[in-house]
Amino acid sequence: MEAPVITAPAPVAPIVERCEALLNDLTFETVRQWKENHPGKKAIGWLPVWAPRELILAAGMLPVGVMGASDRLEIVKGDAYYQSYICHLPRSVLELGLNGSLDVLDGVLFPSTCDVIRNLSGMWRILFPQKYVRYVDVPQNPAMSLGGRFFAEDLRAIAAELGEVSGTPVTHESLRAAFAVCNANRRAVHDLYALRVAKPWCVPSAELYLLVRAGALLPVEEHTALIREYMQLAEASAAKPMDMARVTVRGCFCEQPPLDLIRTIERSGCWIMDDDWLIAWRWFKEDLPLEGDPFENMARVFVTDSPACPTMHLAHGVKGAALKAEIKNTGSEGVLFMAPSFCDPALLDQPMIQAAIEKAGIPWSALLYAENTGQFQVIREQAGTFADALKLS
Amino acid sequence: MNTTVMKDRSQERQKRMLADYFKRLAVSRENGWKNVYTFVPGNLTELILSFDLLPVLPEINALQSGMRKKSGAFIQEAEKAGHSEDVCAYVKSDLGMLRGGNIGPTGEPLPSPDLLLLSYTGCFTFMKWFEILREETGAPTLMLHVPFQGEGRVTREMRDYVIRQLKTEVIPALEKLSGKAYDESRLAEMLARSRAMEDDLVHVLESAKRKPSPIDGYFAAVYYIGPIFSAFRGTEDAQHYYRELREEVDARIAQGIGPMTPDGPMPPEKFRLVVEGPPAWTHFNELWRMFHAEGAVIVASTYTKVGGVYDDGFRHDPSDPLGTLADYCLGCYTNRSMQDRVNMIARYVKDYDADGFMINSVKSCNSFSAGQLLILREVERLTGRPGGFFESDLVDPRYFSAANIKNRVESYLQMLDQRRTGGASA
Amino acid sequence: MKCFVGIDLGSTTTKSVVLDAEGRVIGRGITNSRSNYEVACDVARREAFHSVRFALCARALEERQMDALVRTALMDSLTRGFRLAQHRAQLAALRECLTEDATQVESFHAGRDIKGPVAEIIVEMEALAEPLFSAGATLKSDFFRDIAASQYAAGAKKRSCPERRPFEALLSVFDKAILRTENRILEPDFATGAGRAIEVALAEALLSEQNAEAIRSTLREAFNVPLDVIDSAGTGYGRARLPFEKRQIRSEILCHGLGAHHMFPNTRTVLDIGGQDTKAIQVDEAGLVRMFQMNDRCAAGCGRYLGYIADEMNLGLHELGPLAQQSKAPVKINSTCTVFAGAEIRDRLTLGQKREDILAGLHRAVMLRAMSLLARSGGIHDEFTFTGGVARNETAVSVLRKLVAQNYGERTLNISTDSIYTGALGAALFALRDAPAEVAA
Repeated sequence: MEAPVITAPAPVAPIVERCEALLNDLTFETVRQWKENHPGKKAIGWLPVWAPRELILAAGMLPVGVMGASDRLEIVKGDAYYQSYICHLPRSVLELGLNGSLDVLDGVLFPSTCDVIRNLSGMWRILFPQKYVRYVDVPQNPAMSLGGRFFAEDLRAIAAELGEVSGTPVTHESLRAAFAVCNANRRAVHDLYALRVAKPWCVPSAELYLLVRAGALLPVEEHTALIREYMQLAEASAAKPMDMARVTVRGCFCEQPPLDLIRTIERSGCWIMDDDWLIAWRWFKEDLPLEGDPFENMARVFVTDSPACPTMHLAHGVKGAALKAEIKNTGSEGVLFMAPSFCDPALLDQPMIQAAIEKAGIPWSALLYAENTGQFQVIREQAGTFADALKLS
Repeated sequence: MNTTVMKDRSQERQKRMLADYFKRLAVSRENGWKNVYTFVPGNLTELILSFDLLPVLPEINALQSGMRKKSGAFIQEAEKAGHSEDVCAYVKSDLGMLRGGNIGPTGEPLPSPDLLLLSYTGCFTFMKWFEILREETGAPTLMLHVPFQGEGRVTREMRDYVIRQLKTEVIPALEKLSGKAYDESRLAEMLARSRAMEDDLVHVLESAKRKPSPIDGYFAAVYYIGPIFSAFRGTEDAQHYYRELREEVDARIAQGIGPMTPDGPMPPEKFRLVVEGPPAWTHFNELWRMFHAEGAVIVASTYTKVGGVYDDGFRHDPSDPLGTLADYCLGCYTNRSMQDRVNMIARYVKDYDADGFMINSVKSCNSFSAGQLLILREVERLTGRPGGFFESDLVDPRYFSAANIKNRVESYLQMLDQRRTGGASA
Repeated sequence: MKCFVGIDLGSTTTKSVVLDAEGRVIGRGITNSRSNYEVACDVARREAFHSVRFALCARALEERQMDALVRTALMDSLTRGFRLAQHRAQLAALRECLTEDATQVESFHAGRDIKGPVAEIIVEMEALAEPLFSAGATLKSDFFRDIAASQYAAGAKKRSCPERRPFEALLSVFDKAILRTENRILEPDFATGAGRAIEVALAEALLSEQNAEAIRSTLREAFNVPLDVIDSAGTGYGRARLPFEKRQIRSEILCHGLGAHHMFPNTRTVLDIGGQDTKAIQVDEAGLVRMFQMNDRCAAGCGRYLGYIADEMNLGLHELGPLAQQSKAPVKINSTCTVFAGAEIRDRLTLGQKREDILAGLHRAVMLRAMSLLARSGGIHDEFTFTGGVARNETAVSVLRKLVAQNYGERTLNISTDSIYTGALGAALFALRDAPAEVAA
């Protein structure tokens, strides 16, 4: 089909522009300004896939998502530390660190996403000895009495450390308050995705991406309000319904696709009904409970309500089933596997999930990208062909 | 001549142990013997054996496939099945082998897994590997999450977490599979043997501190670690093996003999090096030759610590069986922080009085490789000795470029030579 | 005269440098590398010795206090004459190989007309030889292979027809023949080579009979100075296949370090971008290597990459830089993967991007990789010397200059016009230093 030209409807344009400016803020000026406006306050970065930003918030600090630098940063120093067979994200993150952009952060949390991010935590400690660095080993044993308990203990330890960094100890009260703020934020992101599913023509994928991504730099409450404001305007927009192939995208949970790649897919005739980029912002479906021991609660929700992300060890059949359910819920017709080159978790998972959905008769296509991919010709053709095939079937 | 005979004794024993082991595996089905697939780092061999279960180590099978030049075809088989060229070649080699009938290194069939004991220690890919085997074979996975020493230490919580998993999940699962009750005294007995062989192994590895070194602490040492890192730790056979090996090495020391290589006795020791990273199994002898032919002996290596770091004092402790297993799992080389790895290599360079160190960066293993270029810089800074760097892969022959590696190794050795002679005959 | 020879057998070109006993460079030679390494090595060495002899001639004429203009003209015509004789000798050999191959092809494919057009092309090429080396003419390449290939292709194009004389078939005859031609050692003997060149040069210089005779004997004397090779050393990508003893083989790293240091004694950091390898080398005040890093297994961003790009764009390697200089809006290129280079270029051209902008982006991408490697090796220290084939590319140099300033501040950047000979120079220096006492004496 003819690729539609998607233009931002006028009312949301200022919001989208603001979000795009945030995406392009490679010097973390936004965070610098926040610190200027909040004298004495600190900021803590965190890497994909997921980190307990509630703890950072509860310690009175600004959580900052460090999601790489897309294709907009020339890598000189970052490449010096990585062989050609390692993915791109750690290069840009190191470049941001070594070029001083991340000086504004008072510490960084590195979650146990994969061996590369794990080792990056150690590299950070060596390269930036004056900064707080914490490796967050999320539980791979999902039993509450085992992984859950270990995680609750570790969250307590991290909270205590963050309290020391900020000078404001984390209390049960402050953590519950942070839960409430993040619950509202997750609900907003879930609602935004629901709107996208209901009326994809009102929420272009690139806009949705930009909005969620804005949460990397904005204070959580401000981010929530921005999403809500956007949704109001988008829902009221006069965008005409359009029929395109409906696909679910999987594989981009850590290294982020360049914005133009997202645009390319939509322009090739695919509505992206669901995706796993920036999945941290909707990691839990449930709210974190505001009663009881918040550390226990967070650990419990983590072991019971985390998504079927390739970074997690899951019971037999769960991954395929989860994707099939997602496909059904969002009315997708096929899956576009988009993994970053050299991404072990995504690429090792792919054949297993592909087999599961193939069994269910769900069509799929797979492509590779890197955060700095600058050429979309091939991707456009592949996504376009996939869209056509879906429409024909 | 005496040494050759003695050398043969340990080698012959290891050969026989492996042959017996694969034979047992081959006939395990008809005898009703159950197996447990698991990984080298953080392996619970004594525990598994204490239930009379047979440990199977897919990493060892994959590296054997590499040494026997079979991995290339296996990998292509897995890639045909949809696995990416970008990911770990051990996994693909293993999967290819499984799909081709699961014929093991000795040409005998391996049993398909009864249980996939996922000791998730220091390598993210382990998790995916056993998920893939679970898909292929239908065998259940059993997760033993060993937390990473991100902060450079083992906390009480980490240790308790591992012990709790052993008590409440691993042991019950092994009891169920074997139909036998957990026998702690039997486990303790095996751990006592482990402790003895660990003493012997450390003695052997540390013999390389002598000049000239009687052993190669990397290429030859990967044979020395074979039994203790795989299915034999805690067995009587392995205990004998290490005692014999120790005696052989002591005899070599007494006679002032240097390492033996596949091409015969090594030329006089000219360079002493530390190596970080696993070997390239597909071209093992070829790679070794690039060093020994130039008189370069590897005096210490980190790879020989992946299945347990014993030279920093850790020993299995029979008086606290589960606690000691937890300590063991948590302490494996790849479960250690970047700073720890830097310190370990720097310590080796100093303690073994090495001229420098080389990193073999393997494409397959991000756990090892991501960050090695910083390790290089840091170890140079700490020791003042130069580092060298080359790339290959564990078992993917496509990633072994002999000319490329030789060029780097040669340049590195010539640089050492030049630095040493100050250019006098440079 | 005692000489010390260094050979650098690279993946693209083979270089040779000759030193005298005082360590002065007295000759350089270069040829394209080819399947027979021994021949490549021999040709490069001969070329270097030719340049030694021409240098001796020039010096002898200078000593005669000859008028500078006349002397230059004389040397120019002497050189051209000699080159022409060399070219003709190679053409004769090529003729032989082409004829054989054409006959063979025709006998295999009934109905094909190959011999005829090939013979015509050879005649055409022979007619083109003289103008090629006439005064004021510039050669597109220093290598016979390149010159012959382009002349032959032009001739084949004119004569091809799809049925009986397919262009591809004509070309394949050449491809086979040139390989065999190249792997033979072809040198005109002195009488037809230098001897005739001297006569032609003297005739062109319009000298009196007496004067001419004096100069003739001066030149002949210079041409006949015995050159004794005391020792040789080899380096480069193919060094293991050089016909040398092990002690005479040196790693490229050591040679480039020493060579660069010899050219610019304050050098502390060396960047060499060759065909297959990029090297970042740190040297001490004596030119000894302290540390080095080479590109990882992937050859992305090496000289060969630019070669692919040139092929893809149908340009000569030396045309890339000047074209890129014209760019006003360089495109951003993130990958320098040789495997995808072709597809990437085609895609971008399809998108309407300008060749010069793509090239500017590519040069930047190549130099960024070099910067990473330099960072890996310990950074850039003053002074910084850039060597290898890519150092002759002005765009590459200007990008590097900017990147160095941005990342390291002010650094003296040294580039020698002879930078391609750095490795061979280093090897020659090793030969000079390490010649066993018994041979050096």
